[in-house]
Amino acid sequence: MSEQPKFKVTIDNITVEVPAGTTILNAARMIGGEVTPPAMCYYSKLKDSGGKCRTCLVEVSKGSEKDPRPMPKLVASCRTTVMDGMEVKNITSPKVIDARKGVVEFLLLNHPLDCPVCDQAGECDLQNLSYEHGAEATRYEFKRRTFEKEDIGPYISLHMTRCIMCFRCVYTADQLTDKREHGILERGDHAQISTMLNKSLDHDFIGNVIDVCPVGALTDKTFRFKNRVWFTKPVDAHRDCPTCSGKVRLWMRGEEVFRVTARKDQWGEVEEFICNECRFHKKETKDWVIEGPSVIARSSVIAQGHYVGTMKPPVVIDKVIGKEPKFLLDIHSISDVNRPEIHLSEIEGPAHSDDFKAKS
Amino acid sequence: MGIKLLLEHDKVEGIRYYDAYRKHGGYRAAEKAFKMSPADIVEEVKKSGLRGRGGAGFPTGMKWSFLAKPEGVPRHLVCNADESEPGTFKDRYLMEFHPHLFIEGLLISSFALGSNATYIYIRGEYAWIPDILEQAIAEAKNNGWLGKNILGSGFDCEIYVHRGAGAYICGEETALIESLEGKRGNPRMKPPFPAIQGVWMRPTVVNNVETIAAVVPIINIGGDEYAKIGIGKSTGTKLMSACGNINKPGVYEIDMTISVEEFIFSDEYCGGIPKGKKLKACIPGGSSVPILPANLLLKTAKGETRLMNYESMSDGGFVSGSMIGSGGFEVFDEDQCVVRHTMTLARFYNHESCGQCSPCREGTGWMYKILKNIEYGKGKMSDIDLLWDIQRKIEGNTICPLGDAAAWPIAAAIRHFRDEFEWHVLNPDESQKRNYGLAHYADPIHVAATA
Repeated sequence: MSEQPKFKVTIDNITVEVPAGTTILNAARMIGGEVTPPAMCYYSKLKDSGGKCRTCLVEVSKGSEKDPRPMPKLVASCRTTVMDGMEVKNITSPKVIDARKGVVEFLLLNHPLDCPVCDQAGECDLQNLSYEHGAEATRYEFKRRTFEKEDIGPYISLHMTRCIMCFRCVYTADQLTDKREHGILERGDHAQISTMLNKSLDHDFIGNVIDVCPVGALTDKTFRFKNRVWFTKPVDAHRDCPTCSGKVRLWMRGEEVFRVTARKDQWGEVEEFICNECRFHKKETKDWVIEGPSVIARSSVIAQGHYVGTMKPPVVIDKVIGKEPKFLLDIHSISDVNRPEIHLSEIEGPAHSDDFKAKS
Repeated sequence: MGIKLLLEHDKVEGIRYYDAYRKHGGYRAAEKAFKMSPADIVEEVKKSGLRGRGGAGFPTGMKWSFLAKPEGVPRHLVCNADESEPGTFKDRYLMEFHPHLFIEGLLISSFALGSNATYIYIRGEYAWIPDILEQAIAEAKNNGWLGKNILGSGFDCEIYVHRGAGAYICGEETALIESLEGKRGNPRMKPPFPAIQGVWMRPTVVNNVETIAAVVPIINIGGDEYAKIGIGKSTGTKLMSACGNINKPGVYEIDMTISVEEFIFSDEYCGGIPKGKKLKACIPGGSSVPILPANLLLKTAKGETRLMNYESMSDGGFVSGSMIGSGGFEVFDEDQCVVRHTMTLARFYNHESCGQCSPCREGTGWMYKILKNIEYGKGKMSDIDLLWDIQRKIEGNTICPLGDAAAWPIAAAIRHFRDEFEWHVLNPDESQKRNYGLAHYADPIHVAATA
């Protein structure tokens, strides 16, 4: 194959070189950190996904080297490919920040906010999105939309009120299974994910819709109300599975396996899809060969407590603003608390003031 | 009398049928076109300056020249007859009473674009029109205008009528394509544009009914002659479907040189407003374009007379202008309530949103609920600013133009009729019994002297 041409693209003052045909979002993911737009519907493993939630909108201030005109509207970065010399503004554009805030408000408009009883809480993309980009309160004063509860089988529970219509589960069923039983019924704000006449979702790989769902609309019935996700510890494990790769993540508490999911990468996307057998039926430690603690993003609530395998996103703010950020106050100059050389995760048991006393 | 190109034989008995149409010069353009090369026809359309009549006003010749022509891949012409814009009914008139003009236009355009299978996507509510069109297609076929080897040119063409199921969103070209393929009518992400990958991933041109029909006079009189009619970039004639508080609602062909005042008040066109009432407001181009108060409708912000054409209508941008859009001309007299009207439109867009992208799916319903509160005397002053903020966050942030179409009328109503909204909020009881009336909406606008 011939060498693919490389395009230079500048996102928030950081220039990267990417192969032609890369989307702006994927180029931004190569940089990482704050400049990566959030994505609620785009899923790199699912063809044709993206463009629907509008959270990844960015401003293109320069189209390309050849045609430097800016694009008139904000564009969905997940579906727009980069051009050579393109300049993109994400967190440096007030227009983008404003539009994103609007989108978060729209997404939460009819969301029930039942996080206290939602199994997705703690690993929910919508929670993270609203925390990072949303407003503190809604301006919506009307009754929220509700749907009739639908039973879609013994393993997967569907909460349509929580759905944000990302279409990921539809693409998953289309691309992983040979027959899709569920889809979008109705139109507009009463559109819903549903099966035609109460069918149950039944396919070896259909359990993956739980993993791709960014919110708590599709959750695991075998894990329903068993535990909060942040109390369980993620552990990578594998087994010889005749149907799938068998590489999974176990969510354990002590010796007990509470839940089995696919392994997810730093963008919350499944690395390898797993089968229902692994997901729903192998819930004992003896079924698995345990590899060790999973690497979890440090920003995730799952990384709370004394979790060791955390991964820090790159800090790029200095490149975005073109200088080292100036701290208003260096806490270490006036206080011994939070001494930088002492890592909280390395302290045995709860942190105590004794731990911070100078040890000489 | 203005120039009539499309509705020239409007009064001829039996023009709906082949014999009468042929006797009055029908299919002469097709004969002429088949002696030309496809590239020449495209060139002729380019010269004519014809702009898409569906609403956006994109130059048709340019659209045609964008069509990709890869070897061995069929190309398609799809005619957008999903005329669902509230207030617009010009395409219906053309298809119902002049089906052969439309079929002839389709034939010439198919030949120019190399489309052997041409589709008419017609909205589901026009239940009786597919029969008329299919009859016309059969007549044309019997007389050798469709089918194999037309006029010995070696060009084959079939026209199929496809009925939609009655969704406004399917008038958006990519949603129309999806629906034509038999899928759910959700707009596609662009790029790729239909000119590269349209129906069944083949290069496709989607044109409005009136645009296609206008190709016939262009070929008949030539692109240069056609371009002489009208002013500036608004060439040729345009069908306007006038409705609302006027004496003579109906479809009129105008040559885009007349003023708005003439169009509303002259006896040749709308014939004035009934019962001697005064003009309050008007939506000049179908429900999704900004509404204008009487004073800005008749004169631009610069004090010039507003004409019925693309440029003059959009003079002043959205701040003091509007758009000619699809030509759905809705007139409101002094007894109409702008708040109620805006609420009705918001309900329409809420109902017709496809639900694919979040701002439109959630925002349209929100705006409708707020407007309903204001209309029924339960509104708050802050609701008006909230509405403004919501429409601002929908506009331009959606996949397809439905988001804009939902946002623009509300933005314009608040921009020009804020007093009326505030009156509704401040006088909740009174607003249930009477309308705000004309107020100052017809007062002459002070024009700042230019230096």
